[in-house]
Amino acid sequence: MFGFLLKRFGLLIPTFLGVTLAAFSFVRILPGDPVLLMAGERGVSPERHAQLLEQFGFDRPLYVQYFDYLFSALSGDLGQSLVTKKPVWDEFFTLFPATFELSICAIIFALVIGLPIGMLAAIKRGTWFDQSLMGAALVGYSMPIFWWGLLLIILFSGTLGWTPVSGRISLLYYFPNVTGFMLVDSFLSGQKGAFSSALSHLILPTIVLGTIPLAVIARQTRSAMLEVLNEDYVRTARAKGLSAARVVGVHALRNAMIPVITTIGLQVGVLMAGAILTETIFSWPGIGKWLIDSISRRDYPSVQGGLLMIAVIIMFVNLVVDLLYGLINPRIRHKG
Amino acid sequence: MTDQAITTDPELDDNHQSGLASFWFYFKENKGAVIGLCFFLAICFIALFADFIAPHAPNQQYREFFLVPPVWQEGGTWQFLLGTDAVGRDMLSRLIHGSRYSLFVGIIVVVGAVSVGVTTGLVVGYIGGALDTLVMRLMDIILAFPSLLLALVLVAVLGPSLTNAIIAIAIIQQPHYVRLTRAAVLGEREKDYVTAARLAGVGPIRLMFRTILPNCMAPLIVQAALSFSTAILDAAALGFLGMGAQPPTPEWGTMLAESREFILRAWWVVTLPGLAILMTVLAINLMGDGLRDALDPKLKRS
Repeated sequence: MFGFLLKRFGLLIPTFLGVTLAAFSFVRILPGDPVLLMAGERGVSPERHAQLLEQFGFDRPLYVQYFDYLFSALSGDLGQSLVTKKPVWDEFFTLFPATFELSICAIIFALVIGLPIGMLAAIKRGTWFDQSLMGAALVGYSMPIFWWGLLLIILFSGTLGWTPVSGRISLLYYFPNVTGFMLVDSFLSGQKGAFSSALSHLILPTIVLGTIPLAVIARQTRSAMLEVLNEDYVRTARAKGLSAARVVGVHALRNAMIPVITTIGLQVGVLMAGAILTETIFSWPGIGKWLIDSISRRDYPSVQGGLLMIAVIIMFVNLVVDLLYGLINPRIRHKG
Repeated sequence: MTDQAITTDPELDDNHQSGLASFWFYFKENKGAVIGLCFFLAICFIALFADFIAPHAPNQQYREFFLVPPVWQEGGTWQFLLGTDAVGRDMLSRLIHGSRYSLFVGIIVVVGAVSVGVTTGLVVGYIGGALDTLVMRLMDIILAFPSLLLALVLVAVLGPSLTNAIIAIAIIQQPHYVRLTRAAVLGEREKDYVTAARLAGVGPIRLMFRTILPNCMAPLIVQAALSFSTAILDAAALGFLGMGAQPPTPEWGTMLAESREFILRAWWVVTLPGLAILMTVLAINLMGDGLRDALDPKLKRS
């Protein structure tokens, strides 16, 4: 298992270097040089310009600058935001829990509904039940989620008045930031109504962000189940007289989970892209909204740092998924 | 298949015909796919003849008719079937013209990504070696970023416009084609018919494009349908975030962004553009599912 782990980890290194190179080049290919970017519209005199170039080390050869960037990134220094003047690393991790909480809720929502839908559709294969579930899944898969969010706001916040329109919690509540997760913090604070306020703010964004993963998981579970249900060992289990629920729920599901876990791993990228749209619609103070704001404010160090951090997170999740494979399916572990 | 690839052209065409017939036989079995195809063709027709179908010019403002509701609702008029937006432009005409942008984005992105991606995949798969490693690592890097985020950053670098959105989306779709083609080429390269063709003196370029490529088409066609719909969704998302087509372009995503503030007052300005996006993408995805079932021999019999 250790060798397997080491090998998977080794594969990440070239991609990591490439990702840092991509984030590094991003600021380089922008028109103008970094000093002009930082000076913004005020402009800068030629002497001061040359002095600043030297001060920040922009006059050194590109490869030196890249290695400099690489090593500071490895030690957690991602530069400074042009707007807030705070370290990008701190900004990222202040906002990250909000996105993390939303993403976790969205993926749980997608799994809790998507897995049973996929299994039911596979068992009832070819019936109108299967067809309508898969039809609904295809609609979910084709959904422009930014519009879906607006529709839900019209219905639940506008017409019915059930849920709030934006933010993470009502401004009436204030409590210390313990874990960064609003649901946990509001619960720990013990204030009356704080938890339900946090929950009601979370529901619509969770549905919006979870819709596409839900559809993908339902479709993937159905096809993985169909494939497994035709296998010999499933027939054997049936022939032994095991109940249908046990055959499907234990024997078939365990093996159908392998492609499903791959799918869940792939959804992390979808979640991050979706977070940009979802957080914009619901004014959710997370990474996605921060990135789109940074892009429109031309705060390039923030964009660069955020880009790198997100890529690293996705690489990390893919690694975890690979390791999970090894746990579920020993054949892969021994081959690796 | 083995010897047909190097036979004379008329027989190849004959084989192609029966392939198409068998494809249609399986495709028309899937009712959803046929509905999707019909709907898609209808959108193509609307986009082509938008100038004749649309009752008004898309950017014509009628100053006495701000936020007029659709005709079936109280206050609606027959002059504006689906109502007007906040500056008095006819919704129906803007939606009709918007179909042009979405289809245009889809077509350009697919053509661009397919031509560059497939060529790259063929070449690196056929040549292999250091070039292969280098290109595939590059593709891994592109895939390490969430697609929409990368598109956003590329647009931020290039400047927000529909053209740059198309370029960005085509770039982020590239790796899928390179990977698919390369994997297919690696599978086909050592087969007998390729060796036979090489021994018969077929040059590398003809070998890649005429001998190997036709046998790798099935997954590529399915991927093309998929990326057509993804491209439309991504372009609309970029438009919605203000990074795609700029107002007053009647692009569906941009229309949604413009109408966000009227969300609780005038449902039609928000609902209709999104519905247009959803229906178009759904139609293409239905078609894509049908294509996959008809082209994939593994799933065909299931």
